[in-house]
Order: sequence, then C-alpha cells, then structure tokens
Amino acid sequence: MSAAAPTGGGLWRVAGTIAWRSLHTYVRRADLFVPSLVFPLIFLASFAGGLSALGSVPGFHFPAGYTAFQFVFVLCQSAMFSGLFTGFSLAFDFESGFARRLMLAAEDRRGIALGYALVALTRAAITFAVVTPVALVAGMRITGDGVDIVGLYGLAALLVLLGYGWAAGVAFRFRSIQAGPLMQTPVFLILFLAPVYVPLGLLKGWIHAVASVNPATAFLDAGRGLISGAHNHTALAFVCAIALILLFSVWLLRGLRAAEGAG
Amino acid sequence: MLKTLRQPFQLFPIIFFPLILLAVNASGLRAATRLPGFPTHSYISFSIAVAFIQGGMFSLINTGTNLAEDIESGFFNRLALTPLRRVSLIAGLLVGVAALGVLQSGVYMLLGVVAGAHLHAGVGGALVIFVLGALTALAFGALGCAAALRTGSGEAVQGMFPLFFVFIFLSSSNLPRNLLRTGWFHTIATWNPISYLIEGFRGLYIYGWDTTTLWRGFAVAIGLTLVGLLAVMATMRSRLQRT
Repeated sequence: MSAAAPTGGGLWRVAGTIAWRSLHTYVRRADLFVPSLVFPLIFLASFAGGLSALGSVPGFHFPAGYTAFQFVFVLCQSAMFSGLFTGFSLAFDFESGFARRLMLAAEDRRGIALGYALVALTRAAITFAVVTPVALVAGMRITGDGVDIVGLYGLAALLVLLGYGWAAGVAFRFRSIQAGPLMQTPVFLILFLAPVYVPLGLLKGWIHAVASVNPATAFLDAGRGLISGAHNHTALAFVCAIALILLFSVWLLRGLRAAEGAG
Repeated sequence: MLKTLRQPFQLFPIIFFPLILLAVNASGLRAATRLPGFPTHSYISFSIAVAFIQGGMFSLINTGTNLAEDIESGFFNRLALTPLRRVSLIAGLLVGVAALGVLQSGVYMLLGVVAGAHLHAGVGGALVIFVLGALTALAFGALGCAAALRTGSGEAVQGMFPLFFVFIFLSSSNLPRNLLRTGWFHTIATWNPISYLIEGFRGLYIYGWDTTTLWRGFAVAIGLTLVGLLAVMATMRSRLQRT
C-alpha cells in the first residue's frame, strides 16, 4: 500500500486538514478541552501556592521568586503533555478506524504526522495563553527581558514537539489507546526526576545523581534562567531538545511506516 | 480482593504507584525539613502518610472500574436476578476493598521502615494504621462503587480520578499547614477534609499518640465512609430500578 505521488502541497494540505479537524474536535469536547486547561492550573496552584515556603529554604536563591520558579515547571510539563495528549488522540483515531481511512486517503502520509504536530502546538498555545495570565495574576515576577521570554516559549514549543514525537511514535506502533500508559509514564518520571521543587544544588542523595544526568534538568534550568534573566544551561537545553526531536522524528516516521505496513 | 490479587497489573497502581510518588517527593522535598517550624528532620516520616491516601484513591478507581465493567457486561444485572440480598451485591466488594487496604497499609509501613521512616507510635500505632488504612480504603471504595453504579461506565469512573487527586494536591500533603504561607491555599487546605485524614496517619509517624490529629483523622475516615455508603445505597436503588 503506497501513497499517491507525494508533493509538498499534498503534505501541507493533509496536515492542514487533520489539524483543522482535530482542533475542532478538541475545542468542542469539554472532556478533552477542560482538563487540559485545569490540570496545569492545579499544578501551578499546588506547587507555587502550596510550596511557597520552600523559597525560604537556606541556599534557595532565585531572583524571580518561587511562583516563577514553579511556573517554568508547569510550562514545561504542560508543553510535553500537550504533545502526549495529541498522541492519545492519534491512538484513539486508530482505534476508531478513522486513522486507517485517513492513511488510505492521504496524498502524503507524512502529512498525518505533521498535522497532529500542528494540533499539539496549537493545544499547547491555548494552554499557555491561560496559564501565563493566571500566574501573573498570582504574583509571578518576570525579571528576564523580552528576548528571554521569547526564548522561554520557544523552548516550550520544542518540548511540545518532543512529547509529541515520543507519543506519536508509540501511537503509530500500537494503534490503540491502551498504549496510553506507555506514552505517559516515561515522560511523567523524567519530569519528576528533575529539580521540580528546589534547585539541583539543594537535592541530596539518589535524586541528585539522577537529576544531574536527566535532560529535563537542563530544560528546567534553562527555562528558569530565561524567566529570571540569569541564564543557566540555555544552549545545552536547546541543543538537547533539538537533538531529541530529531531522534524522535526518526522514531515517529518509522512508526508511521510500521502503521503503513500493518495495513 | 482476589480479582485484584490475580491481576498484577491492577496491583501496580494501588501498591507501587504511591510508593514511586513517595520516593520522588520525599527526595525532592527533603530540603523542606530545613524550614523553621517543620515538625521533623525526616521528610519520609512526614510524607509517608500521603501514600496511604493515594493508595485509597487508587482503590477507588480499581473498585469502581471493576464494578462498572460488571455493569457494562451485564454480569451485575444477572447477579441482581439471583436470590442474593441487594446489600450483599456491594458488601462483598467493599469487604474485599477494606482487606486490600490492610494489605496496602502493611506494604507501605514495611517499605517505609526500609526507606527510613520512623513510626513514633510504635507497634500499637501500626495496628491503628491498619484500621485507619482499611477504613480509608473502604471510604474511597464506596465512593468508587457509587460512581460506577451512577454512571455504569468504567471510562467515567476513570475520569473521576483526577478530580479526587485534586483534593490531595490542595491539602497539607507536602508541607504542614503552619508552613502554607499562601493565604488562599492555607484556607483551602484547612477546609479540605483530606488534610485531616493525612494528618491522622502523619501524627502517628511524627508525634506518636497525638489524640487531636488521630480523632480528626478517624472522624474524616468514618464520615467519608458514611457518605460513600449512603451514596452507594441511593445509586444502587436507582440502578436496579432502571434495570
């Protein structure tokens, strides 16, 4: 089963159609739309509100304050989870038979992968547009400049693609929503085995050793550096994110081939 | 209970997931013990209480989903046609949930000791934890059954899980209430009954026999159990009428 002669136009036409259809579904279904906005807000409330006393722990120095410190974690987490949940949608579309019909109809099947990537980015943008003002109202201070903030959201966009690349690769291979835990658990563990509550320097024991080699630490350090204007591992985080996106693009495209092979 | 024990993948969330969260949180938040006013030098002793509540919430999902599957497959309706008393249909399930709560409590206490948690109330405290753990699992299990009877859908019961998890997030799960410095958060945590349930377990670990935290913990556990059982009775009545 091979697609009709792929063209650049075909790729974007397929991607655009899928993106429009999936976003339409996302916005109209409250069971998908509301949790994706509410959960980041609960994390923000719980961590920034409930743990604000940690900002006074000896050795904790973060110029923008504890709300901004936790906001970066919530931003990174919601970015990666926007990608993950788009992977869930793809798996669900396979389970319902929609994605199989799409595979038959698409001029260029890479457009399917690209379309869902656009969905992930748009879903994340909607979440960011809600979480950011709430954090500002809650007293978040931004001490970085405009360029830093563009960098912060640029990094978050890369994390969306990273989460999506992993989840879509799984979805293309398993083509069932039952693979959900396989998509979610590694990302959840990687995020929480990073310096979530306090900086790396204040972590002790095994978690310090794990966090020191965890790429999520570089993403959080860089994000916190950008929001505060005191850059920390910024280049490393961008290089890591781009390298991982390239790796997961191969994983995703091979998954797409596996789905094509499965018929 | 046997149904759960026979399916190891069902045991994973109720036994091991709370322990993984405990390991991650206890390590990540250890620095909190350096805050003036923090009641202990051992964060694991402080935070282990949350595992008992999380275990109860995972029981809610398991019990509710299992019952919903029985409703979806028609097994529950066939069972309702037998001469069994209506109350027996759910009572057996809830006794199993309470027994699983005892098992969970034993595992959490044992692994807590291995990880360095100190149970200040000693052996007597461990017995009280078994009772409180069983009661907590029963309370959440009853709420799960009520949700399953009301909706008849496993997906809907699963969808309730985040809702219940919010109660843990917005409580004194990570820091004692005297250290919750954000005003609105302190207010919510003070009104949130889950704070008192957590503090019931926590008191035995870090203070020993603190009667205030203990009676409040039991009061919440018994109160939630009563609410859960009343909800089960009401939803069962309407479920059996519908069928």
